[in-house]
Amino acid sequence: MSRAEAGPTAAAAAAAGPAVAGGPRWPAGLVRSEIALTFRRWRTRVLLAVLAAVPVLVGIAVRIQSGRAGGGADGRGPAFLAQIAGNGLFLVFTALAVTLPVFLPMAVGVIAGDAVAGEAHTGTLRYLLVAPAGRTRLLVAKFAAVAVFCLAGTLAVALSALATGAVLFPLGRITLLDGSTLPLGAGLLRALAVAAVVALSLLGVAALGLFVSTLTDSGIAAMATTVGLVITAQILDGIPQLQALGPYLFPHHWLSFADLLRQPVYWDGMAQNLGLQAVYAAVCGSAAWARFTTRDITA
Amino acid sequence: MPAPPAAEPGRAAPGEEDRVIETRGLTKVYRGGRPAVDGLDLAVPRGSVFGFLGPNGSGKTTTIRMLMGLIEPTAGTARVLGRPMPGAARQVLPAVGALIEGPALYGFLSGRDNLRRFDAADPAADPRTRTARVGRALERVGLAAAAGKKARSYSLGMKQRLGLAAALLQPRALLVLDEPTNGLDPQGMREIRALVRELAADGTTVFLSSHLLDEIEQVCTHAAVMARGRLVTQGPVAGLTDAVFGPGGRGRLAVATPDPGEALRVLAEHGLTGLRADGEHVTGELAPPEGAPPPDVAELNAALVRAGVRVRAFGTERASLEDAFVRLTGEGFDVAG
Ligand SMILES: Nc1ncnc2c1ncn2[C@@H]1O[C@H](COP(=O)(O)OP(=O)(O)O)[C@@H](O)[C@H]1O
Ligand SMILES: [Mg+2]
Repeated sequence: MSRAEAGPTAAAAAAAGPAVAGGPRWPAGLVRSEIALTFRRWRTRVLLAVLAAVPVLVGIAVRIQSGRAGGGADGRGPAFLAQIAGNGLFLVFTALAVTLPVFLPMAVGVIAGDAVAGEAHTGTLRYLLVAPAGRTRLLVAKFAAVAVFCLAGTLAVALSALATGAVLFPLGRITLLDGSTLPLGAGLLRALAVAAVVALSLLGVAALGLFVSTLTDSGIAAMATTVGLVITAQILDGIPQLQALGPYLFPHHWLSFADLLRQPVYWDGMAQNLGLQAVYAAVCGSAAWARFTTRDITA
Repeated sequence: MPAPPAAEPGRAAPGEEDRVIETRGLTKVYRGGRPAVDGLDLAVPRGSVFGFLGPNGSGKTTTIRMLMGLIEPTAGTARVLGRPMPGAARQVLPAVGALIEGPALYGFLSGRDNLRRFDAADPAADPRTRTARVGRALERVGLAAAAGKKARSYSLGMKQRLGLAAALLQPRALLVLDEPTNGLDPQGMREIRALVRELAADGTTVFLSSHLLDEIEQVCTHAAVMARGRLVTQGPVAGLTDAVFGPGGRGRLAVATPDPGEALRVLAEHGLTGLRADGEHVTGELAPPEGAPPPDVAELNAALVRAGVRVRAFGTERASLEDAFVRLTGEGFDVAG
């Protein structure tokens, strides 16, 4: 009965076949699914709406203020505030300078903190893992989705600021920090570059949040912890007695994006910023990987 | 009872490849507790509907988590479809469909989008056939009409069926179903059991955990019985009660009589154990203590009549799995481990 003997084995090989043959054949599918899932959540949409509302509020406030005081800003307040009334493009820079210290990293902290812990909480994580998503692959997809959110959040602020600025204020040649001027088109390119740098500045928080997210089965706890860490880092960075610590805190070089508004561009601060973000992403990413690939999934 | 699997006859030593699941000394100790699963040696033959039976807390879900690579065993090994778990998860799991500890869904997605999401997580699933496969899985569990509704609005039964649909997105060699009828109404239970039988008829091996004895007796060809993390017994369902009570173990004697008190006394004198009287219905275990020959049923009847017990009905009931369980563990089945 040698044929009968061969039967079950052949069936087993056939059943387990596709995966055995060539490894993952559609590696990008999970990333796409992950991004789509992130942006279909209510939470994500509310956060983007709040971020987009900030420049509108700032723009309206500046408009009212300049109408009343005849355009004279007194030099206090966020960077570039004084220039907005003269050139709406500066609302983009102001809005990013306003949201980068708190709103943007908090939003990223919420999305990143929830990424793994939220799925553990609802139990969908175990079904992704038996699918089998693969723990490393799932973590990479999660990080990719959070990174896309960093970009989306930044663009929500920048595009809303650009639209508000164009409606409420004149647009034209922009005067850079060193006094030189650029035509509007080149100015828009600078704004785009600023947005890109701001989005990259958030990757450290993204990786930190993802690591926290692998530590717990409660999405709320992970979000709160990540946001708490962001605020703590900001406070520590602001204490003069802790100057020695400053350069190692992820928000320390964030506002260096303003150096893109010089001619020639001054790169040192941004290089330090992006380098620090890369270190945070590498360290927190490795920690998240070490934790997530060895962890018991019982939820 | 479905026909016994073709594995046993004419096969000197069933090859390892005929074991869809095989564990050796599988043990799990959660942080700071006693073992949730303790030295488990499980052998699930290919093509069987394998019942994994045990009261709540006996370690069924923990075993399944280890088999699916969700948690690391504290000791011992597990092989699924002939490969080690959790090591070979990427090769093994695409051929396994699983429902573990109830369904878990994205409430803000429709039923259909939930399935698309889980399918996208499987690197072996072809996205070009996704729509068709999702549609077929929905049809199969009877959810096609509700596929567009948000999963949040599903009833528990519908969620359970959507979970099953996720397990059926691809042809599977093994289905692992952890208490798939939990929380369902009798109609829902019947539907799920019918589906399980259908799948088994297609040749899929089904590993079905349950704390319901009659469920296992109704749908399973084989069973393993767990109590407090330990394996009590395993084998073909038909043989389990025999293995416990001996061949020809007739199980329980049932007598209907208006004189239950006198009947209990007489039967106890004749060595019956586990005697119970429920109104006019008196039952007792026919299995004798170790070594002794089983009591002669005809003799018991005569003794009752001699003692003046008025007998309305007299008969034997085949020993149930519950009797076997009580016998093996010395405790009732609903006692939590
Ligand atoms: N995540 C966990 N952490 C600690 N103990 C657990 C965990 N999950 C289950 N247990 C314990 O392990 C034992 C077996 O549980 P489980 O495998 O869920 O049993 P069953 O599925 O048969 O009801 C129980 O005593 C339970 O309390
Ligand atoms: Mg359980």
